Amino acid sequence: MSAKLTRDQMAARVARDIPEGAYVNLGIGLPTLVANHLPADREIVLHTENGMLGMGPAPAKGQEDPDLINASKQPVTQVPGTAFFHHADSFAMMRGGHLDFCVLGAFQVSMNGDLANWHTGAADAIPAVGGAMDLASGAKQVFVMMELTTREGQSKLVPQCTYPLTGVRCVSRVYTDAAVFDIRPDGVYVIDTFGDIEPAELERVTGLPLRFEIPVAR
Amino acid sequence: MISKLVESAAQALADIPDGATILIGGFGAAGQPVELIDALLAQGAKDLVIVNNNAGNGTTGLAALLGAGRVRKIICSFPRQADSQIFDGLYRAGKLELELVPQGTLAERIRAAGAGIGGFYTPTAYGTPLADGKETRELNGKHYVFELPLHADYALIKADRADRWGNLTYRKTARNFGPIMASAAKIAVAQVREIAELGELDPEAIVTPGIFVKRVVRVSAAAAKEQQ
Repeated sequence: MSAKLTRDQMAARVARDIPEGAYVNLGIGLPTLVANHLPADREIVLHTENGMLGMGPAPAKGQEDPDLINASKQPVTQVPGTAFFHHADSFAMMRGGHLDFCVLGAFQVSMNGDLANWHTGAADAIPAVGGAMDLASGAKQVFVMMELTTREGQSKLVPQCTYPLTGVRCVSRVYTDAAVFDIRPDGVYVIDTFGDIEPAELERVTGLPLRFEIPVAR
Repeated sequence: MISKLVESAAQALADIPDGATILIGGFGAAGQPVELIDALLAQGAKDLVIVNNNAGNGTTGLAALLGAGRVRKIICSFPRQADSQIFDGLYRAGKLELELVPQGTLAERIRAAGAGIGGFYTPTAYGTPLADGKETRELNGKHYVFELPLHADYALIKADRADRWGNLTYRKTARNFGPIMASAAKIAVAQVREIAELGELDPEAIVTPGIFVKRVVRVSAAAAKEQQ
């Protein structure tokens, strides 16, 4: 494959699909980059699981407030309209179906939307789940953002997850550096491709039967 | 006259017995009751069950408590951190029991305990290893996992301001687990930056009503800075 998207280009591609007025949670790691690419002309409210709606960008150096951090425990700022709340309310926003989108990283996503992103299952690995399972089962739409393949070239979009699951049939769309996949009840649809990747190559890499529904004008 | 104000963190925690279950507030450094954790370390109680979102960072605070061998079990959502080496070592050596709970389930179990709820069905973790062995139920076509409330003997939390009735206000994302932990423990101890006169706190701005709080300790900003 050639001409894969960079991490920032992937973040920009995800950001393009977040509509005006959306309430969004960006997971730790790669998805945090999406915040830097949200279109300035859309009002989008960022949720952070540690108790804040209306999260703003990182503060200027020297302006950090230790009481104002995001889920990755990095300093952030508040925007006009910010609200603070406790942890039970924060997760009620997820489970209660109030959050429009979450964007999560992943080890694997299966063709039916199962997500694995919290534990490799290795014997000596320290497990840590945080809010991933709550987001996976609670947000109205779960977007995954990940490289399509591992460093060894193995597809992370798979027929069935081999890592321990985070959630069952919860992912609706997967943004990768090679293509965007929509996971629907009747199969996996490729809705965007990047660079010069061919449909046959995507099928070969993923080992999945794919359907193609790419808008002509991109 | 009601006064929940206590002179020192040591005094506030003096009666914690061995084997106690203790909720400790904070998410990362925000809302972490640093002085209370240090007082717990000095107090000496052992065989503790600790509930916190994380499992200690670096070598101070909760990590020091773990390192001193005082904790039998930790209940948390995210133990693995770049600097969680003390937890990692004890866990790998089999010297510390871990109950890993999804963060929202942890929060709701604590809330349920404070609210007198006997248990609840949550969609979180259905079909995953963290639901293994738990009762599940299908309701209106959706699958749920049954979870029990998480009661505790003590809660150690950090708030911003308090009055002598124990009413608390918080600051920004330092609120996190504080309000629900205060409600779920038999004895909730809050460390605060400032004590206000009774009536001075805006009743509309009080987040934790004093009924949930037993003891309040003021920690001076200077002392807090030194501790960090």
